[in-house]
Amino acid sequence: MLRLAPLQWQPPQNLAHALQLLAQPGARALAGGSDLLPNLKLASTRAKILVPIGDLSELSGIELADDGLRIGAACGLSELGGDADIQEHFPALAFAVGRIASPQIRNMGTIGGNLALDTRCRYINQSELWREALGGCLKSHGQECHVVPGGQGCVAALSADSVPVLIAYHAVAHLARWDGAAVVKRSIALADLYGSDGLRHVDLQPGELLTHLQLPLPQANAQVVYRKWAVRQSIDFPLVSVAVRLERAADGCLANGLVVVGALGPRPRLLPLTKLAGAAVDSALAKQVGDLAFDRCRPLPNLPYDADYRRERLRIEVQRAVVALSDL
Amino acid sequence: MNPRPLSSQPVSRDLHRIEVEDSPADPSGIVGRRHGKVDALDLMTGAVAYTDDLVLPRMLHAKILRSPHAHARILSIDVDRAEALEGVHAVVVGREMPVRYGVIPWTQDEYALAVDKVRYVGDAVAAVAAISEEVAHAALKLIEVRYELLPALVDPREALARKDVLIHEDNKHGNITKHVKLAFGDVDAALQQSDLVIEGDYQYHGATHAPIEPHCAIAHTDGRGLLTVWSSTQVPHYLHRELGRVLGLPSRQIRVIQPAVGGAFGGKSEPFDLEFAVAKLAIKTGRPVKLLYTREEVFLAHRGRHPFEMHYRTGFMHDGRITAVDGKSLLDGGAYSSFGLVTTYYSGQLLGSPYVFPTYRFDSTRVYTNKPACGPKRGHGSVQPRFALEVQLDKAAAALGIDPIELRRRNFIGANSKTIGEFHIGSNGFLECLAMVEQASGWKERRGKLPRGRGLGVAGSTYISGTNYCIYPTELPQSAVQICLDRSGRVRLFAGTSDIGQGSTTMLATLAADTLGVELEDIRVIAADSDLCPVDLGAYSSRITLMAGNACLDGARKLAVQLKQIVGETWGCPPDDVTLAHRKAFRASDDQVWMPIQEAFILAESKLGTLGATGSYKTPTENVHGEYRGGTIGASPAYSFTAHIAEVEVDEETGEVRILDIWCAHDCGKALSPVLVEGQIEGSVYMGAAEAVMEHHCVMPSGLRGPGEKRLTGPGVDGLLAASSLLDYRMPTSLDTPQLHAMIVEAPDPRGPLGAKEAGEGPLHSAVPAIANAVFDAIGVRIDDLPISPEKVLKALRLRELVMNVKEVR
Repeated sequence: MLRLAPLQWQPPQNLAHALQLLAQPGARALAGGSDLLPNLKLASTRAKILVPIGDLSELSGIELADDGLRIGAACGLSELGGDADIQEHFPALAFAVGRIASPQIRNMGTIGGNLALDTRCRYINQSELWREALGGCLKSHGQECHVVPGGQGCVAALSADSVPVLIAYHAVAHLARWDGAAVVKRSIALADLYGSDGLRHVDLQPGELLTHLQLPLPQANAQVVYRKWAVRQSIDFPLVSVAVRLERAADGCLANGLVVVGALGPRPRLLPLTKLAGAAVDSALAKQVGDLAFDRCRPLPNLPYDADYRRERLRIEVQRAVVALSDL
Repeated sequence: MNPRPLSSQPVSRDLHRIEVEDSPADPSGIVGRRHGKVDALDLMTGAVAYTDDLVLPRMLHAKILRSPHAHARILSIDVDRAEALEGVHAVVVGREMPVRYGVIPWTQDEYALAVDKVRYVGDAVAAVAAISEEVAHAALKLIEVRYELLPALVDPREALARKDVLIHEDNKHGNITKHVKLAFGDVDAALQQSDLVIEGDYQYHGATHAPIEPHCAIAHTDGRGLLTVWSSTQVPHYLHRELGRVLGLPSRQIRVIQPAVGGAFGGKSEPFDLEFAVAKLAIKTGRPVKLLYTREEVFLAHRGRHPFEMHYRTGFMHDGRITAVDGKSLLDGGAYSSFGLVTTYYSGQLLGSPYVFPTYRFDSTRVYTNKPACGPKRGHGSVQPRFALEVQLDKAAAALGIDPIELRRRNFIGANSKTIGEFHIGSNGFLECLAMVEQASGWKERRGKLPRGRGLGVAGSTYISGTNYCIYPTELPQSAVQICLDRSGRVRLFAGTSDIGQGSTTMLATLAADTLGVELEDIRVIAADSDLCPVDLGAYSSRITLMAGNACLDGARKLAVQLKQIVGETWGCPPDDVTLAHRKAFRASDDQVWMPIQEAFILAESKLGTLGATGSYKTPTENVHGEYRGGTIGASPAYSFTAHIAEVEVDEETGEVRILDIWCAHDCGKALSPVLVEGQIEGSVYMGAAEAVMEHHCVMPSGLRGPGEKRLTGPGVDGLLAASSLLDYRMPTSLDTPQLHAMIVEAPDPRGPLGAKEAGEGPLHSAVPAIANAVFDAIGVRIDDLPISPEKVLKALRLRELVMNVKEVR
């Protein structure tokens, strides 16, 4: 079987200690491990030191307050999906989390781990032998991109089911790191956390850790829907991943909206629907928004399924998402 | 009620702790009862030891170095640095085992480890034994192999056309591994005289077995030089033979043990590199050596379903009767022959029932390509042509306006008949199968009245219950058992059979318990250990129930005769009047006269000495097949029959096909253990449905260059597996699996044990065309190119729309 390369195991006593440990070169945080450990075994990512953070109390918990929802980064996916407050106030998040991987993996995986999920590509999620036979790629040991011939940047796909829906709920990511003397904290809109480089698509400082997410409570006129397409109804990463947020005016017409598309390149694609304000929320709008997504998004042959079909499918999924929120 | 005092009381019940069960005598036996597997609880609780669970003292771990090139000549291999690594105990390379092997004696084209060339990405080059997997893995990176790159042939059509690039230089026919052309009657004339000819191209894609347990082997030599190999194999006997050949050891010096196997499905039915590697490394180091495949290595070992390109022409008369079948197939064989010779014959020979073919021709060509070798997967060689034929029948039914079930009935070949290829068909419950699925699915009431996007499709098929001839020429029995009884009331049954999850151990226990009058748990089956058990050829071609079952009955009946004789003498009645059932011997004519079965065993043992018998099975020699060349391949003592109806729902917007229900009725002759037969039906139908819409063992072509522009291999995607993990090779989850309705039809065959025929493979075949036919019924377009994936459905729907628009414009 595949074995882990030798590495150090450095359990922290608290968050500050964890951040100090993570400041070491080659240190990686380990929560559920359902993404990191397979990647380490395939040697598609490296670590010298693992810092287990799953049990840190500072990273746990789901708290609903007047100013919104706080979700600890080490909160388990099963716990999150089953939480009554989340089901009530953020139903699309509960749904999206419930579509991640399989029940067993959700029992291990955490929300922070899903947000930090490494980008995926048919040329990187392979064994060492396979990648050697290929001659490597930008994300492995090579110089060539096989998805975009001649491409200079890695375009591996953001594959986290929770990201589009959290962005649609206007989630803010809270981060912390150890600067050598003290803990430094910052926060950033989740939509801005992701960059376009598939090698390090989560824009973190060295040693920086996601501590929690903060979500404002949605206004009564805002609704979010998540749709995912994969070949199988469980286990698979998304081949099409889209969250749609619609805000209604008092007359029921569209006031504002946002489409967030994952599973394209390294970063989520945001399509604001501001220009469509005033339109009736009906099947015509659904078609319009679906066509918009089709025009603006071009799935790449990075994920293991026909890219042309994924584009067609994206149109349909967006359309169906709007229909689900419409007055029909 | 107390038993009557016996006329003689030769034993003390107390002394032997005989349990006296005071229940009424029950002559109904064990066969046909609804029971689980004898080892079910151990399997479910993890108490069973698979090969990788075995740990021997001082055991080393091995890894195999594999080729990163699809086609290359090996110039040199330098293992010095690997051997020097601390913790490495031995390295072995191909030239240390330069004997070619292969499961079919006429097509031996493999080396344990590559000697001169590598022929696919993943071909084994060297193996290392070290103190741990980690060290062995590190050592692989220190082996330096120099290759001369050769052009890779990934496309079977190109392999056929190219004469300058030969994957096996000494093959007589270029890159063709086998060509079979057989004609029966004047096909061309019959087609000409037909009222309707359906002609079409069909593509069946590659699919692999994906057993949950990866291949694993352990080898050990003892102080006397006896080599023991434990392996996750379904053919311990063939492994035994090939180990002897390649290692140059006499068979008596080798012991092969097959521990519990976690799935095989045909994927473990020949020897593999790992078994030779651990054996050689164990001999070199004097220590036990284990090798467990990674999941990727399971996909590379493959030997799965051959991709077929097929062209079929089928002639019909107005009443739906078939006049002629003319099939041409190109089989993509991959890098080695494996069972390919048989596959090529099966691609034509197994199609000749359950329908009458007045004339028939098939022309099948298997070629080498630089890809993992294809071989036998559940329904070996006949699933692909069955797909083509059954879709052709459906097209004919539509064209002729005949109900597809009725069309199949009109062509029924019957029981005690002969196929055009001269296979003798014994029992045949195909019509009952059709009637059962027709009724259960509500076909008559519902077909044609379903809402848009929903459809029903039917198909039928047949399969062999073992091959009449072993893969090597022999007059020896194909199956044998030894059975011993003793004073404990227990039965020991030794058999070479391989239980790979299909339940052969339970099958043997059922027949033995039924014959000897004990309960299932009183039978100890000791199987698949070449030092302890008589030879059985293994778990392939659905042969064990019929062959080992007959051998088991043979042995058990000999003992039953002795027991009845002794008990009859004791009671002063004829042996025929003694019945053995459910731990009792009793008089059939007066069941108040009885004794515990253990007492009967003790009586017999005290009078006859230690009790044992052997049983064996040889295949029939008359009325099996024709005498022409190739007429024996695919011939079986008995044939199973199957009918499927599938119901699907197609989303015309996304092209996605959801299979809702599959009804499968299977004629297994006699269900010895109905629960196990149902399990085999469900498993087969699941696997067929998976192939129809989802699973794809796909090797990547470059797709970037035109024909003739193929570059040399080397870095690039040529010959790489598109899916080499259980994430990318998409097997349906429970959520993706339709409702499966397994139904048993019993048309007992005189050649089967108590009438039993196979159940493990037949129920796969027609699941695939039934789904394809249901898709047509649902949306009116045909997908003749498997798998039926959403983008193909969308394309077909759009093409139809385009054609209809063009018609309107005109």
